[in-house]
Amino acid sequence: MKQSRGWAWIVFAVGTAYFLIPLIATVVFSLRMRRDYLSFDAYTSVLFDRQFHATFTYSVLVSLFTIVLGLVVTVPAAYLVRLRLPQLRPFVEFVTLLPLIIPPIILVYGYIKMYNTSSILPLTGTAIGTDILLTLSYVALGLPYMYRAVDTGMRTIDVQTLTEAATIMGARQWTIITRIILPNIMIAVLSGAFLTFAIVIGEFTMASLLGRPAFGTYLQRIGISKSYEPAALAVISFIITWGAMGMIQLLSRFAPRTSVRNN
Amino acid sequence: MSSNTAIASQMAPMADPGKPGPAHRLARGRHALASLGQYLGVLPFLIFALLFLIIPTLNLAISAFYDTDGHFTFNNIIELRRQNIVDAYWISIRVSAASAALGAPIGLVIALAIIRGRLPGWIRSSVMTFSGVASNFAGVPLAFAFVASLGRLGMVTVILKFLGFDLYQTGFNLLSFWGLTVTYLYFQIPLMVLIISPAVDGLRKEWSEAAQTLGASPWQFWRHVGLPVLWPNLLGTVSLLFANAFGAIATAYALTGSSLNIVPILLYTQISGDVLHNPGLGAALALGMILITGIANVIYLVVRTRAERWLK
Amino acid sequence: MAAPFLTISSITKSFKDNQVVKGVDLDFDKGEFVSLLGPSGCGKTTILRMIAGFEQPTTGSIIVDGKDITALPPNRRRIGMVFQAYALFPNMNVTDNIGFGLKIAGMPRPQREARVAEMLELIGLPGFGKRFPFELSGGQQQRVALARAIAPRPSMLLLDEPLSALDAKIRVSLREEIRAIQRELGITTVFVTHDQEEALSISDRIVVLNGGRVEQFGTPFEIYNRPQTRFAATFVGTLNTIAATVIDPAARTVRIDGQPATIPCLPTATKPGDTIALTMRPEAISLVHGQPRDIVLDGTVSEVSFLGSVIRLKVRLGDNIVALDTFNDQTRPPPAYGEAVKVTIAASDILVLGD
Repeated sequence: MKQSRGWAWIVFAVGTAYFLIPLIATVVFSLRMRRDYLSFDAYTSVLFDRQFHATFTYSVLVSLFTIVLGLVVTVPAAYLVRLRLPQLRPFVEFVTLLPLIIPPIILVYGYIKMYNTSSILPLTGTAIGTDILLTLSYVALGLPYMYRAVDTGMRTIDVQTLTEAATIMGARQWTIITRIILPNIMIAVLSGAFLTFAIVIGEFTMASLLGRPAFGTYLQRIGISKSYEPAALAVISFIITWGAMGMIQLLSRFAPRTSVRNN
Repeated sequence: MSSNTAIASQMAPMADPGKPGPAHRLARGRHALASLGQYLGVLPFLIFALLFLIIPTLNLAISAFYDTDGHFTFNNIIELRRQNIVDAYWISIRVSAASAALGAPIGLVIALAIIRGRLPGWIRSSVMTFSGVASNFAGVPLAFAFVASLGRLGMVTVILKFLGFDLYQTGFNLLSFWGLTVTYLYFQIPLMVLIISPAVDGLRKEWSEAAQTLGASPWQFWRHVGLPVLWPNLLGTVSLLFANAFGAIATAYALTGSSLNIVPILLYTQISGDVLHNPGLGAALALGMILITGIANVIYLVVRTRAERWLK
Repeated sequence: MAAPFLTISSITKSFKDNQVVKGVDLDFDKGEFVSLLGPSGCGKTTILRMIAGFEQPTTGSIIVDGKDITALPPNRRRIGMVFQAYALFPNMNVTDNIGFGLKIAGMPRPQREARVAEMLELIGLPGFGKRFPFELSGGQQQRVALARAIAPRPSMLLLDEPLSALDAKIRVSLREEIRAIQRELGITTVFVTHDQEEALSISDRIVVLNGGRVEQFGTPFEIYNRPQTRFAATFVGTLNTIAATVIDPAARTVRIDGQPATIPCLPTATKPGDTIALTMRPEAISLVHGQPRDIVLDGTVSEVSFLGSVIRLKVRLGDNIVALDTFNDQTRPPPAYGEAVKVTIAASDILVLGD
């Protein structure tokens, strides 16, 4: 009974077909802009579109701010909950589940209602205010993944024992965080960052309802108005998302870990 | 707490407990400051959670009970009985249920194949990575990928026509209920694979070996041990898949525009254009969504914790 | 002499390029309790799994009660098995777990219930029928696993390191229970363990395995007192080694740490001046209090471990250190660290072993 089971191969083959065919079809479609032969015309059309550059840059910038803000929110919390405030853990884990339970459209609707021009914090009143609101909503979207990445990173390097060892040797709190903790969770942090980037780049609902010129809204616009360009955009977006995920896999190989895991 | 006391004791020498001298008071002060510092670090998280997760959602939910003049009312909830709204909920429920009911068994079979099917090792890790990407895959790219495959001029449709089978003749249409369901499966199945894999992993090899020594065939093992053990997890994950599909909008919007009126799309048009002429009604719509996805998620969490207790 | 019940005939097993079992021939009698003993990686679990049917031998055959079962799938072999990790089905209570084999065999419910009740009595857990595995302690789970394995009256019982996951105290009481039950039922049993004390205490015979080969197959007494190989001697129990120089092979005299001695079992093939290793168990050495035996040596105490009823001393004899056990005597305190003592060894207790 050492050989692979036949049915498993069949399942794998059928599954692969279902998941690969749409991808292949998209690539093929994207190359058919010119009627008689395959060409990259759809791609050149897209890549030379100024709107493409503008919205793509916008989304990249927003994702960078999202990552930084996300780290500010999650890293200290993850560290302190793990080390000093274990009683907060249930609450914190519940909060990180909320963005998965509350559909994004509800979340952004809530923001619009609460931060509109007649409230205390009229974020939707200005363009920059709305940008901030969009960033915050993306921080919320990415929170479960960012927190889980950082928390797992800290668990893997056994942050508690490291801190205690450093303290016994006389290090102060700030030194511990900057010289010991941060460098060791950098890989986990980068994983969370790439995941956030992948989420932000393709996001549509929130950007659209907040009226900001994000890449996701550009995708939808092109999807409605053009025929072949959307396929090219779809392929580009696959490559970006796969690239980001691939980076995460690569990074996980270089992640430091202690040999003793007590969790 | 150990590092706390270590730091505090570094600052001040041990004082005689009977006499709380200045050194001792200093240590207590420092101790209190350190405690305060702890909470300071969690503050960004707490503020963010309150201001950008909990309160906006609660605020939205509560505003469903207020009309345009600011008076408390149940009217908005009652207005949900409007035909187009009921239809929207019904379609949403059907699409979510269909994609969950199909996605779950297919995902389970795939998970079983890669974990217990004795396939080469690289298959499992690549399927898991792919599932990680595909489960987040939605919106225009996904919609377009399916249009390119199963649309009227899609690759698969054309190939089938070439082989003599006219897909659209059978009444199939990508821009419809079943088309949307099949498209949703593209992220539902990977999500299922991701979530059920740990549970399948947890089916210990010794159980099936013990069952064999007791005379059971593979089918008997699955019937008496394997499936019953997986069952709670399966149920819980179906619930999760349902919630996931219910809240999804980008793909449906890209695929069908606003023609297939599922609740998120209805809500979307309401938010952007107040088509219902009643903001309170929009909030009521949202409240309905929150309740449905909330209940489904709670079912998932409860079932999962109970299953974990079993498999201790 | 009845025919053997279980015969393992010229079994080898290779995984890819790694030969894990290198040619094993064994015969077990009906009703016998045999332990497969050896360090990790010696092949003992692989042999057990081949008897159960979870691994196929690369060459060789397995014969039970006259029938060659090598090609038979595990679920048709009628063999009970107990695993290290208990492997109780988590979705079933104790009653359903124990009754599982009976249910598969199609036994009607009333008989099943009677048999399960009988088993619960046997393992000392009456009234536990409705409990679930996660409500039981490790020792209780393992007893239920044992009951589950023997309820369908299998022809053989296999146990794969069943006690390794349990606390030390439970380990001792449970192994005696297992042996008592086995004796009562008269069922042929193969028990895999790496713990030599476990094997010695409950087995009828022990197979000592190392690197995929059988080092020795015999009763506990034989293996302990007459080990045939260096490995068997060192793996089972403690073995002392003293280096000695040969003086005259014909007269069988040697020099130990400058002192002459006569060793009857000295092989005649040695030459004067050779160094040989003399081995003996701790109980073969004693301090000289009354009658000295054949060999008397001077040494210094290098360690004293007071273990209660037994005192284990380490004595330095020149370059050698030997361990010796002596019983606690209320009237005589043990020697102190560094004290000069005389030890005596009976020449007949000395073994000269090859490698």
